[in-house]
Amino acid sequence: MSEIADTSPQPHLGRRLRRLMADQPIIPLMVLLILLCAVLQLLSPGIINPLWVANTIKFAIPLALLAGAQTLTMLTGGLDLSVGTVGTMAAFIMATQIGHHDPATTLALSLLPAVLIGLANGVGVGIFRVHPLIMTLGTGLVGSGILQVYQRTVIASGSEIPPFIVWLGTGLTYGVPNALLLFVPIAALIIFVLRRTGFGRQVYAIGDNEKASRLSGSTYWQVILALYVASSLLAAIAGLLYVGVIRTPSLTLLEPLVLPSVAATIIGGTSIFGGRGSYATAILGALILRVLTTLLTVLQMPEGLRQGLFGLVILLVTAIYLRIIEDS
Amino acid sequence: MIAFSLRQSWVIGLFVLFVALFVITRFIQPSYGARDFASLTQAALPYAFAVAAQTVVVLAGGIDLSIAAMMAVTSVTAALLMKDQSAASALYAVPLVIAFGFALGALNGILITISRVPDIVVTLAMMFVLQGLALLILPSPGGGAADWLKAMVVGSLSVPGLPEGISAWIPHALLLVVIAVCLVWIPLKRSQLGLSIYAIGSSELAAFRSGVPVARTRILAYGIGGIFAALGGLTLTMSTGIGAPIPGPYLLASVAAVVLGGVALTGGRGGLVGPIVAVFVLRLVRTDLTLLSVDPNVTTIIEGVIMVTVVMFGALLAMRARST
Amino acid sequence: MPMTTSPLLEANGLVKTYGAVRALRNASLSLLPGEVHALMGANGAGKSTMVKILTGALRPTTGRIAIRGVEQKVRSPADARRAGLVSVYQEPSLIPDLDVLSNLRLTRTPVDAFRHWVHELGVPDLDLGEMARDVPLAILRVLDLARALAIEPDVLLLDEMTAALPANLAEKVLEVVRRQTQTGRSVIFISHRFLEISALCDRATILRDGETVGVVDIGPDVEDRIVELMLGERILRKHGAAVAAEARPHAQGKTRLSVKNLRVGTKLNDVSFDLHDGEVVGVVALEGQGQDELFAALAGSIRPSAGVIEVEGEAVKFGKPRDAIDRGIAYVPGDRSDALLMHRSVRENIALPFSTGVRRWGPINMSNERTTVLRAIERLQIDTRAQGEVRRLSGGNQQKVTIARWIAADAKTILCFDPTRGIDVRTKTQIYALVRELAAQGKSVLYYTSELEEIQLVCDRAVAIFGGRVVDVLPVEIADELALTRAAYGLPRDAAAADLGILADPTRPGAAP
Repeated sequence: MSEIADTSPQPHLGRRLRRLMADQPIIPLMVLLILLCAVLQLLSPGIINPLWVANTIKFAIPLALLAGAQTLTMLTGGLDLSVGTVGTMAAFIMATQIGHHDPATTLALSLLPAVLIGLANGVGVGIFRVHPLIMTLGTGLVGSGILQVYQRTVIASGSEIPPFIVWLGTGLTYGVPNALLLFVPIAALIIFVLRRTGFGRQVYAIGDNEKASRLSGSTYWQVILALYVASSLLAAIAGLLYVGVIRTPSLTLLEPLVLPSVAATIIGGTSIFGGRGSYATAILGALILRVLTTLLTVLQMPEGLRQGLFGLVILLVTAIYLRIIEDS
Repeated sequence: MIAFSLRQSWVIGLFVLFVALFVITRFIQPSYGARDFASLTQAALPYAFAVAAQTVVVLAGGIDLSIAAMMAVTSVTAALLMKDQSAASALYAVPLVIAFGFALGALNGILITISRVPDIVVTLAMMFVLQGLALLILPSPGGGAADWLKAMVVGSLSVPGLPEGISAWIPHALLLVVIAVCLVWIPLKRSQLGLSIYAIGSSELAAFRSGVPVARTRILAYGIGGIFAALGGLTLTMSTGIGAPIPGPYLLASVAAVVLGGVALTGGRGGLVGPIVAVFVLRLVRTDLTLLSVDPNVTTIIEGVIMVTVVMFGALLAMRARST
Repeated sequence: MPMTTSPLLEANGLVKTYGAVRALRNASLSLLPGEVHALMGANGAGKSTMVKILTGALRPTTGRIAIRGVEQKVRSPADARRAGLVSVYQEPSLIPDLDVLSNLRLTRTPVDAFRHWVHELGVPDLDLGEMARDVPLAILRVLDLARALAIEPDVLLLDEMTAALPANLAEKVLEVVRRQTQTGRSVIFISHRFLEISALCDRATILRDGETVGVVDIGPDVEDRIVELMLGERILRKHGAAVAAEARPHAQGKTRLSVKNLRVGTKLNDVSFDLHDGEVVGVVALEGQGQDELFAALAGSIRPSAGVIEVEGEAVKFGKPRDAIDRGIAYVPGDRSDALLMHRSVRENIALPFSTGVRRWGPINMSNERTTVLRAIERLQIDTRAQGEVRRLSGGNQQKVTIARWIAADAKTILCFDPTRGIDVRTKTQIYALVRELAAQGKSVLYYTSELEEIQLVCDRAVAIFGGRVVDVLPVEIADELALTRAAYGLPRDAAAADLGILADPTRPGAAP
């Protein structure tokens, strides 16, 4: 049947739908988001109001920033599981050092471990060719060990969260989250870099076909190294913002967002095999996850089921995208 | 025969390293004795099973990121099955949990085979699913374990006729590892299945052409990995008396010990003894650092750095092997 | 050979399609008991697909296979073994990380019989405890054969297994294979060497374009008949092409690329030739004769083990493709999936070389890029109606994109590896014209092709490679399909040349003079 459809000028409806999914995942994702909101409104009438929307966006932004880190690395067929530790480190160092240094020095200090861990990841993945998952898991563990040691040395001096960070993290201006002031430029930058720069082209090229990119003159390790440093910096920014939302610098601040950030990126249509995907859809993925989380909370679903659901979503979505890419 | 001793030289080297570390330990802490050794083995027990599980899968050319989560699931299952039950209940709980582990592992293999999604993604997704499952089975640490099971991992052997000075150095935990490995690994390695596992890990094409059923072998390899993970989960419950739904740090540790134990991450090369000795080496390093009164968190860092370095070294070896 | 007996193995009406591509249309094979039967065909005739189907590695779309008159479902190599068909490939299928003994156990091979055959094949002392990885490749091939012989299969399939075997071992192998048939067993023998085939085989089945076009008895002077069958009616077209070639002016430019005594492992040996500006040099070879290694070495993908590559008179060493690109050498791989970002646009694919290297990571001048890319698209007449991803273009248009990339990047030398494989006639003609146009502009092109008639349409000279060595350099005037086919099979230019004995093959490494 499908072979007959193939030869006709107008492809089969299902095939066209799949092609749309593959080319413009933003449309079905929007539909899904609206659908989820509708279900939520149905289950708990009146829940959707301007304040709820602002709150959802506020909580989705740190997740979307982490999803940015995952998008960058996933486009080359990788993954960055050290983002939780990196972001937490940045937030914790900032909170404990702000009392001793001026803001600029504090910011530099809190971004330093991010750069170092990013470099380590880049060297491991780009030069030694360790699988990104194992490499970033390892550096993440080392990082959290360092963080614990650091915590003991500063335990006496206490910590504070600067009002500016709190304002940025939780504040609303005319009902619009202030965090967008930070997020919109960053998101625009990521989208620009991926679409309109030579670096972005190299990222997609390496992820799509490493052999072809090498034959065209790319140097794998250079791209990977830059990529993992960028990924770590995004994680650090996410940490700084998130501590403004949570307002207590804990040692596991960002850990609960790591798996959802992977899930958001995958739901956003970025292929875990690399080469296809975009940041805009990953942001939508983050929003969808936030709404989904609210929905599951309204339904009083236990934490375990939620985690299991994330795993199933990753597996299912990956398998489905695999089929779509093969068929369309 | 020269080739044989070369192949074993890595494992022998690890043994020598272990003994050297042991001597150093005695040097740092002259009173380090049989009792301390017993607690060392007890602490190493879940790691040993985790690495055994990972080894079987890696030998078959795969990787299993869900091992730690699988251990958590089997641990809480065991704790729940044995909670407030008679001692005899453990007799059915243990085989049940082991079968459960086999099923979970085989499920990984089946999903990889039919979905055609790479092993690393499938087992990552399964890691989330199993973590969730563990929380569903037991939302907070609890449950129980039969006393005789708990006794199996504590203390040392006492054999009538054997002088206490010797038997004290054979902890129950060590015995447990040796027996489990002998029961599962030795028959496996001699069987057609064991050869097939090495074959698909070494060269899938050559294995296929030699008539090895590749899909079935892969599924069974993951299943056997699941059995070892379940044993790991059981020992967790046995040594703490309860089940904890949060996975321990066993995943990276298992990968690191696999590499340190002389198993190629590309598959097909290595054995089970090396990785298990590697676990003990890594544990002893930790003990030494503690005895040198290094901050336990610093110890974690050093351990992490060792693991990352070992994995990088292993990847380098794999790269070399590919390019020649 | 008893002609009255019923066939031992019979394959009929084998068809294998991949989407719209037909690898096999109607292939058949009838194997009598006690014969050695050659399976022959030019590159792309469907030989390897047929082998895969017979050995269970592939399932045919339609067709039937019967062994001793009983229809068999051969779904995997394991099934084939059970049905009595065992294969030995050029690449040994022993597991590298298992010792020899374990490899025997894996395939349930009796050790004593194995030892017997190893001895018969002329390998004196063998340590069964040795890892297959550590056994020299030539010996490993022999062990693979001994392992197959030890389980006494009804049908033994030898796929290019004598290629690159040292002469003394090859001799033993052929002798043992010949003796196999005395017990009523049969052998399917695949080889590019006419010498071996005429010495060993009783009959040959010839495939062309996925179809069995003839079965011949091997006798004196059968080579010409086989070459004729392999080429089919195409041989009649040679005259027109030859005229086209002669009309081409022979203006020779400066030496652009000079290859001297190049060696790559055991695959390529002592290869020397020059490539001039404004010249298209054709490379002709059967599959796996070292041409892949030659192109990879020139493109900087692999390092040669010996010899010199000179670019404009200067010796160069390429560590990675980037180094070759910096010298103006671009490689267009034969497999388009090695060259293209299948999920990216035509534009990104063509512009890919512009963003390599840290210095070019900045913002892209989109309008400049558009102009350059559009110019290349127009020049190659790429049909971009199928917008979006490159994988949705036709094969011909995909191939054009891979070439357009290097025209846009203004490469001086283009290494084309079988650029017209599997694409439509119109695009082929366009590619021929393009290659000539590039040469007219002073660029140089090295052009490997598996379609021999292209040599006279496109090239100025043809270099024939056989067994990793240059066996002949043919001026284009005489390089018709017949001459090229003979050269590619290592046969002498003059058909009436002395009748060579089987082991007098001068191209075999280590052969006695």
